[in-house]
This record gives sequence, structure tokens and C-alpha cells, in this order.
Amino acid sequence: MDITSLTALELGKKIRSGEISVLEATKAQLEILKARDKEYHAYVTIFEEEALSRAKEVQSLIDTGELGDSPLAGVPVAIKDNICTKGNLTTCSSKILNNFKPPYNAEVIERLNRAGAVIIGKVNMDEFAMGSTTETSYYGPTLNPWNTAHVPGGSSGGAAAAVAAEEAFYALGSDTGGSIRQPSAFCGVTGIKPTYGTVSRYGLIAYASSLDQIGPIARDVSDCAAILEVISGHDGKDSTSIHSDNIKYTTALVDDVKGMKIGIPKGYIGKGLDSEVRDGVLKAAKVLESKGAIVEEFDLDIVDYAIPAYYVIASAEASSNLSRYDGVKYGYRTKDFDGLQDVYKKTRSEGFGMEVKRRMMIGAFVLSSGYYDAYYNKALKVKARIKEGFDKAFERYDIILGPTAPTTATRIGESLSDPLKMYLGDIYTVSVNLAGLPAISLPCGVDRNRLPIGLQLIGRPFGEADIIRAAYSYEQTREYARPDLR
Amino acid sequence: MKVYETVIGLEVHVELATKSKIFCSCTTEFGGEPNTHCCPVCTGMPGTLPVLNKKVVEYAIAAGLATGCTITRRCKFDRKNYFYPDLPKAYQVSQLYLPICRNGGIEIEVDGVKKTIGIHEIHMEEDAGKLVHDPWDDCTLVDYNRCGVPLIEIVSEPDMRSSDEVIAYLDKLKLILQYLGVSDCKMQEGSLRVDINLSVRELGAKEYGTRTEMKNMNSFKAIARAIEGERKRQIELLEYGKPVVQETRRWDDNKDSSFAMRSKEDAQDYRYFPEPDLVPIEISDEWLEEIQKKQPELRDEKMLRYEKEYDIPEYDASIITGSKKLADIFEATVALCKKPKEVSNWLMVETMRLLKEFEMDPEEVQFSPKNLAKLIHLIDSNGINRTVAKEVFEKIFGEDIDPEKYVEEHGLKIVNDEGTLRSTIERIIKENPQSVEDYHAGKTKAMGFLVGQTMKEMKGKADPGMINKILLELL
Repeated sequence: MDITSLTALELGKKIRSGEISVLEATKAQLEILKARDKEYHAYVTIFEEEALSRAKEVQSLIDTGELGDSPLAGVPVAIKDNICTKGNLTTCSSKILNNFKPPYNAEVIERLNRAGAVIIGKVNMDEFAMGSTTETSYYGPTLNPWNTAHVPGGSSGGAAAAVAAEEAFYALGSDTGGSIRQPSAFCGVTGIKPTYGTVSRYGLIAYASSLDQIGPIARDVSDCAAILEVISGHDGKDSTSIHSDNIKYTTALVDDVKGMKIGIPKGYIGKGLDSEVRDGVLKAAKVLESKGAIVEEFDLDIVDYAIPAYYVIASAEASSNLSRYDGVKYGYRTKDFDGLQDVYKKTRSEGFGMEVKRRMMIGAFVLSSGYYDAYYNKALKVKARIKEGFDKAFERYDIILGPTAPTTATRIGESLSDPLKMYLGDIYTVSVNLAGLPAISLPCGVDRNRLPIGLQLIGRPFGEADIIRAAYSYEQTREYARPDLR
Repeated sequence: MKVYETVIGLEVHVELATKSKIFCSCTTEFGGEPNTHCCPVCTGMPGTLPVLNKKVVEYAIAAGLATGCTITRRCKFDRKNYFYPDLPKAYQVSQLYLPICRNGGIEIEVDGVKKTIGIHEIHMEEDAGKLVHDPWDDCTLVDYNRCGVPLIEIVSEPDMRSSDEVIAYLDKLKLILQYLGVSDCKMQEGSLRVDINLSVRELGAKEYGTRTEMKNMNSFKAIARAIEGERKRQIELLEYGKPVVQETRRWDDNKDSSFAMRSKEDAQDYRYFPEPDLVPIEISDEWLEEIQKKQPELRDEKMLRYEKEYDIPEYDASIITGSKKLADIFEATVALCKKPKEVSNWLMVETMRLLKEFEMDPEEVQFSPKNLAKLIHLIDSNGINRTVAKEVFEKIFGEDIDPEKYVEEHGLKIVNDEGTLRSTIERIIKENPQSVEDYHAGKTKAMGFLVGQTMKEMKGKADPGMINKILLELL
């Protein structure tokens, strides 16, 4: 039996039954990831010793019954490197945080720990989650396990690649404009971006605070539902965290979409969409229809404004959020400097990469006096309109279906040369963040190059159960495709 | 020479008296070793998030209600972005677009003339840390203890025309805030900081002149001096035909002059935008009512009540209510001893004398009402005489001693034993035949001498009434 090919829930079950020990699973995982990661480079930091001692600890907690029937107890997990892990490097894949060890855990880490998780390491990402390819990482790009000439997507590219390459059973990523869903699509795995406020952001190093959400990336819908159940719930440390009793997601794992109303925005399957992706997505819609869902196309005319509004708002917040990295308190500080202004200038010039600088400049510009109304304020109005547009759509539909990204995984180096093209790749994902909605991306076949196609299902606010049910129902009809891992 | 008018508006920063900081649970206590009153949240570590201290909102609302402001029922925080080492997030969480209070005013009185000074707005914000220069190592260190201490900034309209009006406004504002309990307003600890916006114009002119902003005054006296200095400086410039430059100036009280810190050209663009980590604050009718109900009696009402309820003169009432501390002591003591006039006298005469002698502020008074009440009771019950009482009060004022114990331990009790007193007086009469003769010859002074001698012999612990009675009898 190949332990690392199991899903998280399958492994959890075998651990609870005593068939596999936590240490066995952890060792197997570490062995595989150390071998494969030379090729894919999904990890930034591996917690080898800690994972092994944690495995022993978790095993004894399971043996004494202290972890109850926690489904993820003992299952190794990888964490995106912008989620704080106490006493361990948390770099955001940036030079400017190359030595940063937070003295606290993110709330999601606390919750995973209580559920008996074994953290095996931190995974690569676009620097400060800015990018769609994981190529902007200071520590070098992650490669797509399906084809190493292609990107894994981003910004949670390390997380998605690790799950696809069986270097992790599951991972936590973060999604500001598609950063969980798009790499999930590119790597043929499943990821959920929850409703804004569902998962605590405490300890998630902010890119754009009003859009950021942490979510699971895993091999199937069931794993995602179980993980989300563990990490969601109100947290007093995050003022934007929502009180909600509706966080039993595993009960939505039901193979039944009879009567479910599914809308497909015409703008999501029209111009600019790769034809193979379109075919894959529409085929998936047909499958759901054949299972009793009511599927129809409709106009969601707000799509066009989503990208500029997103880049204005996200960049504005980023320019403020990233100002604290100044070389004074922690992180990278320039070697030679002459006075305070020089520390700031050189530290930030040397510590940040191109894409991060570009977005901070855009952000500072759109917030500057005289331009605020023309850009930032207008973007906020667009955001409100997008939310209204979705609200209206959800009066008629239970879920909205479409592609996750306009293409399958692009080739390494292709997007970086043309940032505008890269930004346009976010067209189907960013409006979900602007409206604060939940969405899932799951594989729906591969293209002729054997690169996975991503299907995106969007739910109404706190409608995670709807998209999980539809995704689970669809998943029952298809084989889980795997990359050829040496 | 032209006649000029001074136009002044103030920005007053007040540290709120909450126990914990505005966005975390760290203590707000003043002092403390550097960087011991901070945590990942108030030092802005990556990934941390603010959680608003409700008490801050309540204090801001209380200040707004007491100054006649309209409360913004849905208000928000904004980020003010700038780089400085004492600001660990590189932005200050403040309020620009929707401040919590707006359009209020305070009535002041200068030389018998009443006037209302408008309050433009009151907004909530977090304080920054402090830079400390280490001359030994010639480096600058940062102390983050003050980071996240809650502040309100009270912005007045440019309604003041003289330093007298400014001081009257500040006195009144300070008293309101102290009565509300929202701040201790200690300038020397930085919990009350005043920026002066000042311009001059020819009397009768419609337009305002170019204004400057003055910072770094650490007493009301310094504020008055800074206003006078800046007024003169601007008038001189205009008289010589030079323009006033819009700039921020720093007052140097030792040199009695100011210097320019930065001009409008270097003014920063703070790139304000709504703070996404905090949700808007909704102030419900119920919440507002609750705060309104808890509003304490302010000075003007208190003065009137003292005159009516305790029957003390207006002058006394105004002195006592002129300090929240004195008013508190007054009321608590009266509640214990039921003698308002006696309590008022101790505060008006002895307390004031001692405050002057030790150059103290009434707010620094330390003694407890219980001990003053006990002292008054001791006098009333003939336990001690007034001379001894003053001596005991000094001890109460200085060390808050228990007067009963003190009198007991030091043997200061009035000797009520008539036998002892009688025999002492008999001896005094025997030893001073001349005085007895003088007395009988009608010289009243002699009587006083004999009383004095007896008191001396009794070490001051006799009841003067009783001495008189026995003396008269024996003579």
C-alpha cells in the first residue's frame, strides 16, 4: 500500500483504527517529499524533526483517546508560508522576511493543532501572495507536477503542487483574488475559498485584508469539507470573523443535486476562454444536469469591471499592509546605510521583488490625495455593484458555475513577461473575493496536453454547503486523475 | 500701526483612562520598563489584527455628549499612512471620514464675558511609541509601551482670539474630561497634548491669515507664552511686509521661542483609507442611552447643587468644584460626617495653604475622606482643640494618617480631668501673683496670660473653655 496516495480522510481512518501509525505516515510523507521536492520545489521550509516528535505526541493523544474521533488526527499537513507558525520561519516567500519567526501561531494553526494535525513544513507561494504562478517567490519557482515546464498557478502554488505531487495530504492556502482556486485548477486538486469572515485571518500575513481568506487545498471534496470544518468558526481575535452556527460542512457531502438551480454566466464561457477549458466545464455542467440539477445560462454583466476594481483595492491595501517591513523591527535590513531614510529606502528596495513593488506603487498612487476618488473610491463602488449583481443572481440560482481560469497551466516564464496578461487570468476568480462569496475549484478533466482543467462553483454568502454538495455529486462521476509522478 | 486680531484653533490629544489599550489587552499604565507593555498586536507584528476596546468608544461618546456634539451613529476607522520608527505598522489607526463626534461647543467666560468655542470634531485614534536617544551609544532606541494607548483628538473651531480664551477653554475642557473620568489630563505625562493653530489678521478682515501649527508645549503657562510669542512673530512679519509661511513649528520653552519643523511643501500625503481590519461601529439607541445615563454630574451642576444642598457660599463651591479631586473628597467626607461647612473650611483654608506651600496641584491631593471626617469628629466631640487639629491635619495631608490613632499615640487628647486642670491652675495662680493682681486691677490682658500659661503647662491639650471657667472661679 502506498500511504502517500491516500486522501487525508482515508489516512485519518487508518490511523484511528491503528492500521497505520502517525509516525509511519509522517516518515512516509517526509521521505517522499524530500525526494520529489528536488524536482517540484513546493516547500520553502521542511519541519523534519519537529514533525517526527509531533507525530509521537499525536499518536499518544490518539491512544489515550484525547483527540476523540478527530478525522484529521495524525495526518501530515503543509502550510502556505504566509500563515504564522510559532517559532518557525514564516517568510511569505520574500527576502524581506527571510529570517522572520513569529512568536505566535495563526488561529488556523491552533485549530489544526487541537485537531491533532502534524505540520510537516511551509510551502512556496508568490511573494506576499502577489502573483498567479508562484514565480515571484524569492526562493525560486515551484513547478507543476503534471508538467514541469508549466507553472503550478499561484499564489498558493506550493500548496497545490505539494498536494498534487503527494508531498502533502492536504494544505492550507490563502485566496485574495483566486490564490487557492487557480493553483488548485492548474494542479488538478480541489480547493475552497470560504465566505469572507468564515476562517479567522489572525496570523495570516496580510496582502489585502478585505479580500484575504484562508482555505483548504486537498485531493477531493470530502477532504476539503472536513478541513474547512476544523478551521472555520468565530475568532475573537479577528474583528471581521463572523458568528455562524452553519459550519457543519461534512454533512453536505451528499450525492444529490436534484432540483438544484445552477446558473452559468455567459461572460464566463465566452470570449477569452480556452476552448478545451470551455468544453470541460460545459461537460461538467451536463453531468450535473443529468443528475437532476436545473442548469441555465444568464447575464452577469459585472464581470468586465472586476479586474481593475480588484487590482485597485488589493494594491491599495497592500501598499499600507506592507509598509511595516522597514528593516527596523524584524526581517531583512540592508547592510550599509546612512540614516533612517536610507534604511527604509535600501531595505525595501533590496527586500521586495518586482511584482510586490509594482503593486505597492499602484496602491500608493490610487490612495494619494487627488486620486483617491477617481480610483479607490470608484473601485469600492464597483465592488458594491458586483456584490449586488451576485445577490441578484442568487435570487434565481443556488450556485453559479464556470471555469476557474481561462486556460490550463501556462508555461514557466510566460506570464511574468506580460503582467497585464497575468492579471487577466484572474478574471473568473477575483469577483468572488470582491463579493466575499464562497467558491470551490475542482478538476473536471484534462486538456490535450494532459494538463488539468478547473471547474469553479460559486455559492451565496455562507452557502459552502451548496457548493460542497454539488462538487461532491459531480466528483462521484469521474475518476481522480493523477499526474505521472516518476 | 494696524490693529491685529489673533485667530486660534486647538487640536487637543487626550489619552483615555482605559485600563487596556485600544486594540489589544496590554496595560496603558504610564512608565514601566521600555517595551514591557506591548504584545504582537500593538507592535504591529505581521498577521496580527486589532480588536476594538469598547470602553474607548464609550469614553469618546461621553466626551462628545458632555461637549454638546452630535454622535455619528455609524462611524469608521481609517488608516493614516506614514513611515516613522515609533509607528510599527507604518500607519496609525485613526478616523478621518466619519469621526465619532461632530459639531459641539464649550462655553467659556473671560473677564465676565461669556462665549462659546465650537468643537469641530472628536475622533478616536491610537498613540504611537516613543523614540529615546541614547547619548552614550549615540543611537536611537524605540519604546513601544505607548503604542496603542487610546487617544481622542478634540479639534476646536478657530473661535479663540487670545491666550486668555485659550486657557479658559483648556481649563474647562480638562475639567469636563476629568469629571467624566475619561482622562487624568496630566500634561507632564503626556496624557493631554495641545497643538495650537494660530494666524493673525487685521481687525475687521473677512479672510483668515496664513496659519502656523505650534507643538511641544508642556504646560498651560507654556501655551500662553507660545501664543504670545507666535502672535508677535507673525505681526512682525506682516509689518515688514513679509509673508507668514504655513508650517509646523516647535516651541522651546527654555528659549521662549519657536523654530520651524516642516513647511507645507514637505507636508506628507497620509493616503488615508478605511481600515479594513475593523468593522464599522454601530452605535445603537440603547447603547447611547446607557452611556447618557451613566454621565456623571459635571462642574456647573455640581456647583449649584453644593450651594443649595450643602448651603456653602458660591465662592467655596467654585473653588472646591474647580478640581474633581477636591469635589470628590468634599462629598465623600460630608457623607461621613454630615458637616459640609466644616469640610469646606478644611479644604478652603488648610488644604489650599498646604497645596500652595508644597506647590502641588489639587488633583495630587492624596488624603482619604475617612481621615478628614474622623478629624472633624475629634474636634466636635472635644477630643482635641483647634491648634492640635491643624497639626494633625498636616499629618493627614502629608501621610494620610488615622487622626484617632495619631492623637492617641502622641498624647494630644484634650485633658478633660477637671481635678488635674484645677490643681494646675491653682499652681499657676500661686506662681504669678503679679498677674492675679493685674487682673483684679481690671487688666484683661492678665487673664489671657494666665490662660496661656495654663495651656503651656498642659502641653496644649486642655480645653480653653474649661480653663477659662476654672480660672474665673478661682480668681
